[in-house]
Amino acid sequence: MAEVIMPKMGDAMEEGTLLKWLKAVGDPVSEGDALAEIETDKVTLEMEAQEDGFLTNIFVEEGAVVPIGEAVATIGSEDEVGKGAPAPAAKSEEAAEDAAEATEAVPGAEEATSEQEEAAPAAAEGAADQVADRRPGERVRASPLVKRLAEEHGIDLTQVAGSGPNGRIVNRDIQDIVSGKVPTPKAAGEAAPSEEKAAAPAADVSGEKVDMPRIKRVTGERMTESKTTIPHYYVTFAVDMTEALAFRKQVNTALKAEGGKVSVNDLVVKAAALALRDHPEVNRSFVNGELYQHDQIDVNIAIALNGGLIAPFIPAADQKSLGSIAKMSKDLGTRAREGGLTPDEYQGGTFTISNLGMFDADEFIAVINPPQVAILAVGSITKTPVINDEGEIAVGNIMKITLSADHRALDGAEVATFLQSVKKYLENPMLLAIG
Amino acid sequence: MAVMTYRDALRSAMAEEMERDESVVLLGEDIGIYGGTHLVTNGLIDQFGPKRVIDTPIAEGGFTGAAIGMAMAGMRPIVEMMTWNFSFLAADQIIQNAAKLRYFSGGQVNVPLVIRGPNGGGVQLSAQHTHSLEGFYGHFPGLKVVSPATPEDVKGMMLHAIRDPDPVIFLEAGALYGIKGEVPEGDFEVEFGKARVAREGTDVTLIAYGRQVPMLLKVADQLEEQDISAEVIDLRSIRPFDKETIVESVRKTHRAVVVQEQWRYFSVASEVCAVLQHEAFDDLDAPVERVSGAEVPAPYARNLEIAAFPSVEQVISAARRVLYLEK
Repeated sequence: MAEVIMPKMGDAMEEGTLLKWLKAVGDPVSEGDALAEIETDKVTLEMEAQEDGFLTNIFVEEGAVVPIGEAVATIGSEDEVGKGAPAPAAKSEEAAEDAAEATEAVPGAEEATSEQEEAAPAAAEGAADQVADRRPGERVRASPLVKRLAEEHGIDLTQVAGSGPNGRIVNRDIQDIVSGKVPTPKAAGEAAPSEEKAAAPAADVSGEKVDMPRIKRVTGERMTESKTTIPHYYVTFAVDMTEALAFRKQVNTALKAEGGKVSVNDLVVKAAALALRDHPEVNRSFVNGELYQHDQIDVNIAIALNGGLIAPFIPAADQKSLGSIAKMSKDLGTRAREGGLTPDEYQGGTFTISNLGMFDADEFIAVINPPQVAILAVGSITKTPVINDEGEIAVGNIMKITLSADHRALDGAEVATFLQSVKKYLENPMLLAIG
Repeated sequence: MAVMTYRDALRSAMAEEMERDESVVLLGEDIGIYGGTHLVTNGLIDQFGPKRVIDTPIAEGGFTGAAIGMAMAGMRPIVEMMTWNFSFLAADQIIQNAAKLRYFSGGQVNVPLVIRGPNGGGVQLSAQHTHSLEGFYGHFPGLKVVSPATPEDVKGMMLHAIRDPDPVIFLEAGALYGIKGEVPEGDFEVEFGKARVAREGTDVTLIAYGRQVPMLLKVADQLEEQDISAEVIDLRSIRPFDKETIVESVRKTHRAVVVQEQWRYFSVASEVCAVLQHEAFDDLDAPVERVSGAEVPAPYARNLEIAAFPSVEQVISAARRVLYLEK
């Protein structure tokens, strides 16, 4: 019998939720048949059979959260149906190792580990309250003493960060837990680390607990990490969109026959992409204390989902015409809301735009989407009295844009000149057409 | 308590036992009229005469074999090796005869023999006079091997060695002959197979024997300035070996550094590591560190000799490594 395992559908995926079985035990299956619907961090996907035969066993119920590499079912011959689940533990470990190996092949990941090693001796104290940063399937290294104490005190070592060589968990890493200064991390299955922190003041929380979609948890964790580790600062510009609105009207009239339509956000995407081309220092990533320059400008667009947030990106946005940006943006939005995005459409990107203009927000500040170094928050276009070049009071269409920047990567002057550039493109929209 | 040197404590143990027991005799090169190359037996020939303090020819195999025969016949000879390095010439007698006769004879014959002399280096005597042989002799069943580090222990262990029914390899720390320490009055024995906690501590266990013990006490003082509390254990008996004391200490500190002058591989420190990983596995927070002599024949030049043996700095560094304070 062959095992069907929870597949790894992207670098960041550690577990998936089995939403629904599409086949039952005993059903004949062919390679490529959809066996079940699974939900990863951000999307819903179909899990396909890798061989022909019959679905002989199902190990997990619908709704179960399964670590990648773990067996969820078996496929075998007709007379094996329902007969004996193999010992899944041993095999799933093997599979998890495979998964870990696959992860190791990712460049960057390796570097990060060796960096951690070097950083280890410095991180002498306070390691106990850090959440372990271990790759999926990676073996927990701990000293024999730590393993014994963990067993005696019921500590789940997968939730503990190690400060010794190669991330080895050593006595000092768990002393605060053993002595009761820090709460005991529960087994991964019982509670995710994020819940652990939230669970602390549970005693005086009133109201009914609401089911939290997985995507919200993931976003929450990432945003917490971003806002607590990145030194954010903010620069706001007022852009007069009068010309841009007229330009958009003109373009949309021309596109009417084809059924296309350019949104204000599409103009902002194009303007930002061109400004990024002029200011490559904003098109960078900050990883483990190092800056990385991106040659391609991939602009993420934050899209609100029912109960979550996702930011697929438009690749090489500076190279694309307004028309194709508009088309692509619309398609990404539609599929995002249907849960039909593939991981390579939302994992990555070099700069993010979040627009709450359509909800009448005057202006706001956004949280950086790491490892990117900046995010642009776009407010609504508001009719505002302005003093024009002739010194007269006139009606302006003002849109406030705010850039949140990572001060480790960008200084104020760099951000201001970048925003000047964005403003120039939006206030001279013909440049968007020819850029 | 009287304060005396390691050398005088050692001599007094032999002299006192020779007073008490007529079967105790001394054999060795230049131990009589000359008083011993290291003056350990100085004056004993005047006290006990040439029949009990016997100057031998330069023939280690011969006089060691003679002493084994005397021991088999009921005497309690003490043989001096001018340095333990010369015992290679008597190795066949020691290993093939002394260590095995009790076994071969089904327990009918004992060999109550003590072979003593300076072991190890540190006094610029070059590669052929600087061996540390505790790992070598500790390997053979049938021998008892001790390596005292203080005047009190050298006297108490010598008295125990002379009275022991089996051959004892008595490894003196040659570099420590002149150190002074308190020694109890009268007749007392320090039994074999019991390590000594030379200093109590809680963070790391430092283990050694012989010449390295005083060094570890210096190391512990310096670690204390870094807020590290080191426990120092003096093994003093290599065979029989005291597992309990080191295991008990590591159960408390969770970390150990073993220091020895001899070479690293197949050594006493290797044995300590093996015992700790086996008996204290679940208490270890870090791999046990060994600090050993450099893997070269001991150099003569003073600067190179110092560099070839464990130093205070090396041990401090190893202690910090097992505490994960440095790499």
